[in-house]
This record gives sequence, C-alpha cells and structure tokens, in this order.
Amino acid sequence: MTQLDDVVKPKTKRSKRFLEGRAPKLVEEVKTAMIMKGGNTSQTVTQALKDIYSLKKPHAVLYKKKNITRPFEDSTSLEFFSKKTDCSLFLFGSHNKKRPNNLIFGRVFDFHVLDMVELGIEKYVSLSDMKASKCPEGTKPMLVFAGEAFNTDTEHKRLKSLLIDFFRGPTVPAVRLAGLEHVLHFTAVDGKIFMRSYKCLLKKSGCRTPRIELEEMGPSLDFVLRRTHLASDDLYKLAHRQPKALKAKKKKNISHNAFGTKFGRVHMQKQDLSKLRTRKMKGLRKRKSQVIAEEQGGQAAKVTKVDN
Amino acid sequence: MAACSVEALLAKAEQEEAEKLKSITVLKELDLDFDIGNLLACDKNRVEPRVFREQKKDDFLRALARDNTQLLINEIWKLPTERVQEAIVAKLPDPATPLPREKPPPKPKPPTKWEEFAKLKGIQKKKKTNLVWDETAKEWRRRWGYKRANDGTKEWLIEVPETADPNEDQFAKRNKAKKERVAKNEYNRLKNIARAQKVKVPGVGLTPKAQQSKDELSRAVSVARTSTASVGRFQDSLPKEKAPKNQGKKRKFDPLIGDFSNEKNKQLELLKVMDSKKPKLDVTKAVNKQMREEDREEATAKFKKGAGKKGRKGNMQGKGKGNMQGKGKGKGGKGKGGKAGGGNKRRGKVGKR
Repeated sequence: MTQLDDVVKPKTKRSKRFLEGRAPKLVEEVKTAMIMKGGNTSQTVTQALKDIYSLKKPHAVLYKKKNITRPFEDSTSLEFFSKKTDCSLFLFGSHNKKRPNNLIFGRVFDFHVLDMVELGIEKYVSLSDMKASKCPEGTKPMLVFAGEAFNTDTEHKRLKSLLIDFFRGPTVPAVRLAGLEHVLHFTAVDGKIFMRSYKCLLKKSGCRTPRIELEEMGPSLDFVLRRTHLASDDLYKLAHRQPKALKAKKKKNISHNAFGTKFGRVHMQKQDLSKLRTRKMKGLRKRKSQVIAEEQGGQAAKVTKVDN
Repeated sequence: MAACSVEALLAKAEQEEAEKLKSITVLKELDLDFDIGNLLACDKNRVEPRVFREQKKDDFLRALARDNTQLLINEIWKLPTERVQEAIVAKLPDPATPLPREKPPPKPKPPTKWEEFAKLKGIQKKKKTNLVWDETAKEWRRRWGYKRANDGTKEWLIEVPETADPNEDQFAKRNKAKKERVAKNEYNRLKNIARAQKVKVPGVGLTPKAQQSKDELSRAVSVARTSTASVGRFQDSLPKEKAPKNQGKKRKFDPLIGDFSNEKNKQLELLKVMDSKKPKLDVTKAVNKQMREEDREEATAKFKKGAGKKGRKGNMQGKGKGNMQGKGKGKGGKGKGGKAGGGNKRRGKVGKR
C-alpha cells in the first residue's frame, strides 16, 4: 500500500467498508483474475479469453476494450489495473506476427508482477464448438497435471504453480461428491502443453467408488511455452510468507511413533479406593448406621490430612 | 452336484468382485502426488513422446486423463463423508500446495502518541454507553452524531459573558472554536501517520498556533526569508532586526591555494593518526564506559546479596518514578527500574574528573 492510502480518510461508512474489504487480510479470499486483450487480437485469442472467463466466472473480470500494453516490456499499466479491480491474477491475450495467438498468464503480489508466462496457442477448440453438455458456472475443477516436465523443469514448475493458482477456485472445507464434474487436465509432452477440459461422469462400478468416464467439454488448447518472467527467489519466498497468527502452535509433550500412533502422558487424580465396589455380596453390604458412621469417620480423616 | 454349484458360485462371485475392482483400479509406475484440499493430482510418470505420436492425440490424452482422474476420485472417496441437506459431502483437508499470497500479511497498526502515553500511564480504554439521557428532551438519545443528547450546537440563545465584547458574535465564535478543534484533531492524526512512517514534519515553530512566542516568530521570519529562489540573498533586513539565534553553523572551507604550511601540518597529523593504528581516545566516552561498568558491578553485587528478597521490584519502581519526576519528561520511558541513586552518583563523578 502506498503512503497516501492511509492519509486520506474515508468520508463515509460505505467507503470505509470498501477499503477494509481491500486491505490485506490474515486469511485471504479467492484470487480474482482480470482477463484482457492487447492492441491486436485474433478471433482465436478473443474466443479463448472468453472461454477461460466462463471457466473462472464468478472470480474474474473480463475487460471488453483493448489495452495497448506489452506486459513483458512495461508492466505498470497491468499493475495499475490490478489495483483498480483488486485482481491478483491476470490473463492477457494478443496476436502479432512475431508471436501469433499469444496468451500471458500471470499473477501479482502486492500489486507488483510476480510471475508471467507466455503461452502460444497452437490449436484451439472452443467451448461452444463442442456439442457436449457443460458444467454449471463456478464449479470447482479437479486439476490434474501429467508429464515429468512439471516436476523437473523450473519454468514448468512455476507454470504449474501459476495454473493451480489460476484455476483452483475457492478453498472449501467440504465438497459435494456428486458435484465433482469438471476436470482440467494439463499434460506436458513433446515440448508442448496440452490443456484439456473434461466433464466427469460418475458411473456405477459395483463398489462404493464410482468408475469415471470423461467427456470432452472444451475449451481445449495446445500451448507452446514462449517467454517467461519469473520472480526472484527472494520475492517468491516473501510472497509465500504466512503470518505468524496462522501457524499452528506446537503442542508440547506429544509424540508420534513410526506408525502414526500418538503418545502423551495422561495425568489423573488419585482414585479413592475405599469407595470402589468390587463385588456385591449380602454379607458385605453396609448397614445404614454403619454407613453414617463411616462417612463421619471419612470427614474426620480428611480434616486431619489438611492439618498436616 | 450341490457342492459343485456352491463352489462355482463362489468362484463366480470372486471373479465378479475382482472385475468390479478392476473397473476402478489403475496401475501406474509411480504413484501420483495428491493435494486433496485443492482437488489436485500430479502425475510424475513419463509420457513417452513416441507412444504419444503414434496414437491419436486426443484419444491418448483422454485415456491418460481418465486414469488420473480415476485415481484422484478414488482418493477423494476415501475421505470421511457426511450428509448435509440431502447431499453427500466429503470433508476436505487443508490445501497443502504452497501458493503465494495476494498481499503481504497485515501489519499491526502503529500506536498513536496518545496510545503510547496511555500505555505508559496505564490508562485503560473505557467503553461508553451509546445512549445517554437527555434532560431537556426527556428521552434517551445517542451520545454522538445526528440528534445527539445535550447538543451544545443547537441552542438558539447564548448568554454573552460579562467579560466578552458585547458586539462579538457568540454563534460565530462557537462555530470557529469547533472548526479549530476538528482541524487540530486532523493535524494530530496526520502527525501520527508521519511519525509512524518516519517522515519529517515541519518543526513546532513554523506551524501556526493560537499564540506564538517571540522566539518562534523570529524563527518563522528567518525561515520565510531564506525560502526564496536565491535562498534569501537579496532580502533586505528590517530596521532593528536582530540576527536569529541558533541558526546552525555554516561550513567554511579553506581557500584552494594559500596557506601551505597549515595544509602540510594537517596532512601530517592525519598521517600520524593513521599510522599509529591506535584509536583516538574519546575522554567522555571512556569515562562513561568506566562508570557504566562500575554501576554494573555494583548492581550484580547487590543482586547476589539480596536475591531472595521479594519486595525488591516494587521498591525499585517507586524509585524509578521519583527519578522521572525529578528529571522531567525526557527519560520517562527508561525510568523503569533504573536507579535514582546511581544517576546522582554518576553526575557527581563526572564533576570530579
């Protein structure tokens, strides 16, 4: 936040609430994405942007007009827009001779660009071109990444992290099992990245877990990796820093063994053995007068203890 | 015959069971990494480009996706479930993949000057009730804001005080006073922000005040004079004007060419200091250091002697307060547990040396 943000005081309650909504929070909400196009775009790019917008919908802003800017050369205007709409993810589409059908996925930390990855669209099938039924808006997708490049190559690793950030949707404590309908599958093979979106059909398998059948839903894109702008390790680490309040406090005197069994020491009060009833027999039963006498005796004993 | 059929049935059932499981099991060379909190699976297995090229691309991708999704779904279906409004819901664990934050974590608000003072003095915030009894209106009203109780600004008649000028507009005076209070509050708020951000603010003498002292006025005049494009070089001085005090020293440089012997001496002295490799003795610093050491020794000796005593802390605090009052507000913060006696002694020693 700049210095001025603090100096100018909100004049109404409404604007105060608005500013509070935008202030940094301990537990952050979903990241919203802004989807915009550059000075020139092809039909493919425009359609792709629209389709990705429809996948991301409640948490995205689609910019309708052109924004003549080049994120890799000067990211200030992007940073300005991210601040204006309070978006920390962006998708920028452009098309020119040198880099035809260009998509730039990126994210922002503290209104400064953290990562940017440029992907060129080689092949594209839009959401509307496929005749299959679609998922309802705002479905939390299942994300699957395949291919060893996502684990070995640094750029692919960052791209994976970026794509997870972009598509994962809100973090939820629970999901409806029947609502797991959408699968986004990213495959890195052959120097390309294939993004496929499937509708997931749960079929009876005879046991509890259903069998899965997939139906391609669109959009499907074949990407090639172009330029990348990755954050320095310092900044990346800084962006990952969690506030202290969120870290779980370590519980003392609890240990686990190799099998995951929990060990701890349980402290209990001393049991009064005199009141323990072992076996009920007629001969051992106390008579009424005896009981009273014993109770008195017990009290006396207690008192003496205290005196000591 | 019957036994045989039973055996056959069993075998058939077993086979069926195996087939059922077969439909949901997927064999992979390496196990997938799951992050169920994000509904995420990562397949580390190598996809052979040769196999990929031979097959039809989309079919291959779909088969791969199906297998991976099946594994992910198997993992999700292992989670504990519960029924919420006719829907079966699986409880997800927390997301495990580290992802960067959107904004840096919130910082605690820096304390204002009042909050610092209140903390020092142990003044605690008291919650006031929202509603107050209004005597004139005979009803409960809000303490602040629109239609507030005991509103001093709504009176249509104000008594002119005996000492006041009869022609003075009392309403205008009241409004002005209110406006000034608001302005002062705003100024203090800004000062707090500046203090928190360590920005320099104009000194006390220059900011407008109700009553400025002579000293402050003269300083303001001198600052105003030098605030021209030529730094006050062409400003005429007023008649009977005195040179301002505490102006700060102006740096003076020796001429480039001139006093050679002086220059030579200076250089030689510098060389001598550099050559000796001995740090220059700062007398006051050394004396202070020595005194502090002595104090510390004394304190440790005292502590060892009276370690078991309980009332010590309370005593010390009392002393500390006394010290603070004597010295004024300057070292109030440090007075806690400081030794009043030590301070006096220190002064005495410096005098001796």
